[in-house]
Amino acid sequence: MAKLPILGLFNDANAAADAGDGLRSAGVSDNDFDFLTDAPYPEGAFGEREEKHKLYIYPFIGALLGLTSALLLTTMTQVAYPMVTGGKPIISLPPMAVISYEGTMLGAILFTVLGIIFESRLPNLKKGLYDTRITEGYIGVLVNAEQTQHDRVANVLNQAGAVDVKREN
Amino acid sequence: MQEGRPLSPTEINRDLLRSILDTPRWFWPVVGFLGMIVLAAAITIGVMIDRGLGITGLNRPVVWGFFITNFVFWIGISHAGVMLSAILRLAKAEWRRPATRAAEVLTIFSLITALSMPVIHTGRPWRALYWFFPYDFARGIWPNIRTPLVWDPSAIFTYLTSSTLFVLIALIPDFAVLRDHTTGMAHRIYSLLAMGWEGNPRQWKMQILSGVLLSALILPVFVSVHSIVSWDFGMAVAAKTWHSTIFAPYFVVGAVHSGVSAVAFVLIILRYIYGWQEYIRHEHIDALGRLLIVVATGWFYFFVMEVIFGIYGREADEIAVRELQFFIWPISGWTLVFVITTYFIPVALWLTRAARRNLWIMSLACISVNIGMWLERYIIIVPGLSNRGVFTFTWNNYVPQFPEMIIIGATFAFVSMLLLLFSRVFPLVPLYDIKEGEFLRTEVKIGRRVVPATFRED
Repeated sequence: MAKLPILGLFNDANAAADAGDGLRSAGVSDNDFDFLTDAPYPEGAFGEREEKHKLYIYPFIGALLGLTSALLLTTMTQVAYPMVTGGKPIISLPPMAVISYEGTMLGAILFTVLGIIFESRLPNLKKGLYDTRITEGYIGVLVNAEQTQHDRVANVLNQAGAVDVKREN
Repeated sequence: MQEGRPLSPTEINRDLLRSILDTPRWFWPVVGFLGMIVLAAAITIGVMIDRGLGITGLNRPVVWGFFITNFVFWIGISHAGVMLSAILRLAKAEWRRPATRAAEVLTIFSLITALSMPVIHTGRPWRALYWFFPYDFARGIWPNIRTPLVWDPSAIFTYLTSSTLFVLIALIPDFAVLRDHTTGMAHRIYSLLAMGWEGNPRQWKMQILSGVLLSALILPVFVSVHSIVSWDFGMAVAAKTWHSTIFAPYFVVGAVHSGVSAVAFVLIILRYIYGWQEYIRHEHIDALGRLLIVVATGWFYFFVMEVIFGIYGREADEIAVRELQFFIWPISGWTLVFVITTYFIPVALWLTRAARRNLWIMSLACISVNIGMWLERYIIIVPGLSNRGVFTFTWNNYVPQFPEMIIIGATFAFVSMLLLLFSRVFPLVPLYDIKEGEFLRTEVKIGRRVVPATFRED
């Protein structure tokens, strides 16, 4: 059976953390519920699962691609318009260093930004159950559970002190 | 005791979204007025393109004047954003929170303005594109990558792209707040920009990591940009007196000095026009003042070193330029004004806590720094080129003309207008950063004192 969302709203971080504990005790997997907040709470504040990511790889890939592109660009433009200056070689490394540096950094930054968006799972086109009170400071506990379990989940959320429990119509 | 009272998320949303959800009555008249100034400059640029650069004061030997001075000035202002945002973020300085976005946005608009200056200066802007974009397949002419005039756009392009992405990434959670507080078309646009942001722990973790990672990546770019701008002079064949190895750090520190002063001034203005007294507090301006003492003194050290090493070598060109800068009117007068306004007046004011917490005095000090820093660039550029060469027909002095003054004046109106327009659609103080600061603020009692305690996550 497909899992459907159910959202509990809390006005206190301790209550939201208690709801998380209650859900775990009720047999809900860590991957099936999330805490939605309007500001970054310290990691582990709700006893939530640790988020694994590979963000640190992106800047290295970007830097490598940026450096390669910059080296190609600077080499090819010098070869395409071979202007001998002061008897120096056509492919002159010192001036290439500056553009290569900028290219490397640009590549690293562009890929980091892509990595942040990708690792944040954005764009999230199928945004689930949500409540605008979350951006007013409420903490949302979003649970994905089979419909037969919804009453039990709502009970856990209410017992932890939810000010409201919403279900998808 | 902590300064400022505790604020709820609802209050923070209401106060910081005020500039977007309730347009003040003065807003459009002020934007319109600034727009008229920008329009006047656009017309002047049109006339300049039509008649040629002859209507400016530029001529041999002074071929770089007000436009290039203004270019270096705005590049300098642009250094505030990343310097404040990145360094303070990496250092986990709590007082950064209300200042970061305004500083980053000022960076973007200053860079756009700076970039327009050399393009206008060329007199034939459409031809300038050939110099740095490798697209001329038909003629087989490619950018000469051996010149700083190509390094410069590549550095600025990297910095502009990075700074813009830095701001956009940090804006995503605030787009979500705006999505939840708007209706109709505005709601649809903010929903699109928020990309379905929910605020789950993974998204917040990425947001925090992005702040640290992008800060660390942009910092080296920030240092490179003004270094390369300084090489426009330091590596140019034209003027011997610019061949100084100290130019890169001297320019970078000078840029930070003028940029941070500009940010402090912008914050004071924002506090006043949008009533953000609870967010941009005296303690924040005070902290910027203290930081500026160090930056200003570092800059002054480089300035003194640059002059001493210039004179000590006793090269004829160097002595001639120093004579022009320090003893020949009117440049000597401008040099005096520059040194006093950049260092002695503001630092004397910043030394006292009372002055740092007086917003009028801080505003005057910050304006003083920027008057001085603009003059500094003028005094580096124009006397360096005014040096008399072998041909008497090039013995002209540079006298800036009216079109140059209109265009330069309009750049200030342009940046102010863009900042106001930005504040109309996006929050200039990061909402989530302030909210985080609020729930992390707490106090601990040590003996008989109650002091602020702050949680800092590694």
